[in-house]
Formats: sequence, C-alpha cells, structure tokens
Amino acid sequence: MPRWFYQLASPRWCYQITGKLLPGFSIAALFLIVGGTIWGLAFAPPDYQQGNSFRIIYLHVPTAYMAQSIYITMAIAGAIGLIWKMKVADMVAKCCAPIGASLAILALATGAIWGKPTWGSWWVWDARLTSMLILLFLYFGIMALNSAIESESTAAQSTAILALVGLVNIPIIQYSVDWWNTLHQPSTFKITEKPAMPPEMWIPLLILVIGFYCFFAVTLMMRLRNEILRRERRTSWVRELLMQQRG
Amino acid sequence: MNAQRKQRLTLVLLIVFGSSIAVALVAYALSQNINLFYSPSQISMGEAPADTRIRAGGIVVEGSIRRDPSSLKVEFDITDYAHSTTVQYVGILPDLFREGQGIVAQGALDGSGRLIASEVLAKHDENYMSPEIAAALEAAGQMPHMPPTAGKGY
Repeated sequence: MPRWFYQLASPRWCYQITGKLLPGFSIAALFLIVGGTIWGLAFAPPDYQQGNSFRIIYLHVPTAYMAQSIYITMAIAGAIGLIWKMKVADMVAKCCAPIGASLAILALATGAIWGKPTWGSWWVWDARLTSMLILLFLYFGIMALNSAIESESTAAQSTAILALVGLVNIPIIQYSVDWWNTLHQPSTFKITEKPAMPPEMWIPLLILVIGFYCFFAVTLMMRLRNEILRRERRTSWVRELLMQQRG
Repeated sequence: MNAQRKQRLTLVLLIVFGSSIAVALVAYALSQNINLFYSPSQISMGEAPADTRIRAGGIVVEGSIRRDPSSLKVEFDITDYAHSTTVQYVGILPDLFREGQGIVAQGALDGSGRLIASEVLAKHDENYMSPEIAAALEAAGQMPHMPPTAGKGY
C-alpha cells in the first residue's frame, strides 16, 4: 500500500489536506455548475421532439449519476473501514449517505417532472424507476441504522455491511433499461458508442456532471471535517486548533 | 496485508458476491414480472393473460390511427415489426403520441385480442437532436422515425 493510503488513516492529516483542497473544489464547482446551467438552459438547442422540456436533463442526469457514484464511494469507504479498521474511512462512509440521499431525491423529483409532459405520467413502476427508489430507501436505511447504534465503530461496521449488500442494486439501476422492457429510455451515453446527442447538447451536460462531482467533493469534505472535529474533540491537536482560532 | 485483514477482505467479497448471486436469481425468476409491458408478439402468441390489467408496448403503426369524429375515442395499431396489436382508447393522448412513436398502453385484452386501454403513455427514445438537424435528416430521408408534423391533429 502506498504511503498516502496510510496517511489518510490519520484524522489530523486528513483534516489538513481537505482544508487545502476545499477552496479549489468550491470555486470549480461554482463555476462549472453556474456555467453549465446557463449554457444548458439558455444556449443549447431545444430537442426536435420534446422541445424545451428536455432541458431538465441538465439537472436529472447529473443528480442520477451522483446518487449512484456516491453510493459506490460509500460502499468502498465502508469496505476499507471494515478491512483496515480505518476510522477516517468510516467517517467518509457516514458523511456520504445524506448527500447521496438528497441527490437521489432530486433525481427522482426531476424525473417525475420530466415524465409528466413527455410520458403522460408522473410515476411508472418500471424497473429503472423502481430500482432508483430502492437506492433512495437504501440511503435512508443506512442513515437510520447508523444513528440507531450508539457505538461509533459498531454503527460503522453494520452500515458498511448494509451498504455492501445494497451495492448489487447499482448494476441493476444501470442495466435495467437494457435487461427489461421499461418506459424509461435506454442510456444516451455509452462507453463504446458516440452519444446519441449532438455536442452542443452534451457539452453543457458534461460540464454539469463534472461540476456536480466537484460539488459532491466539497460537501463531503465539509461534512468530513466536521465529523473529524466532533470525534477527535478530546485530542490535543483539536484543542490546539480551537485555541488558535479563538486567538 | 496481514492474515486478519485478508480474512476480512474475503468476507467483504463474499458479502458482495453472495448478495449479487441471490439478487440475480430472484431477478431471473421474476424476469417476466419485471418487464413493464408485453410486446405485440407476446400478445399474439397468447403469453399475455386476457381479462386482467396488463400493459402493451410498441411502435404506433403509420396510418393506423382511426379517430371517432364525435368523441375522444381513438383506435390505433402498435407493432414490434413482427406482430401488431390494436389498441382502443378514450381520452386525451400524451403530447408525444404520434405515428412511429413508441407507446405503452395499460388495459385489458378483449376476446378478439384487442387492448381496451385505460391509460396511454408515450415512450421517448435516447436520441436527442436540435430541430434543424431533425429537419435536415428528414429531408435526406435518414430519420430513424417520423418527426412531429405540425397541424396533423395529433
């Protein structure tokens, strides 16, 4: 294992490095999200069939991607916490859940708003929509389990196992549109083919997806820093830090 | 990696693979029930139950839309390019409903294999285009399916 991997295990080092990374990611997230939104909503051409209502894609797709990416991040962090007993990994996993849940709610809500004009229905129990709803419930279950257990390390272990079991839902969400008949259309973006969308439509979408990744990094680091301070409040370095800040 | 960590890593992998296999088996057993709709081929082969609520999905056949001039009743055929099914519906169709468009209709099959629909949903595909490109493709005869034509009445 490389040296930085073990350094990550130190809450103090983690607190310092996230402090240095935060401003850069915040600025990147702000510019990418604002720029991508303006480009997508005002300058990208309307769709030939759906008209302007397709523009909700610029919020729907990034939030849906993030809800799944955050889940994978949480499960990996949970596994690292289980295997290497790394406290920081447990904290990362814990901090991921509420962010992922909020983005899953946004993805479901924007999808429903999109579904009404294009499909004629707010909600359909097809495989894609149902598996996405299960993802949201997994986030809720993980958050509830984590707060129900008093001991921090037991809570982290149990939630990591739940997160790992729920990981099976991620490929189901991804491939549901290919495996079964669904009302939701198949993916526009595939790794092997060029997108079924012109560049003037997908470039702002790509900008927004990167922007949302930065936004996730910012919120995760902010939550993580709080969590580190809370758990390490009795250590000497946190006390020194607080003394310094009070002046 | 020491022995204890290796053991825990094995445990983690077992959890992930074990739950994947369990869910894969369940999904395989339920595969027909997870499908949102029956295709016209499945209906014509008698795979869809009659007299109970089902969904049927397919492409609206060109020139098959028959409207009742005095009511909202509409009849059209849907196809998967192998078989087709007639759908009867009373009500307002979604904006995206048109010939060549994929739709999903919910209703019950009557004795003659016709679907009496209570709800019609439009299914849009993964292709996005600007109106100019769509017009150019249509002029070149390269359109994957018919674009909307203004003033056609549906």
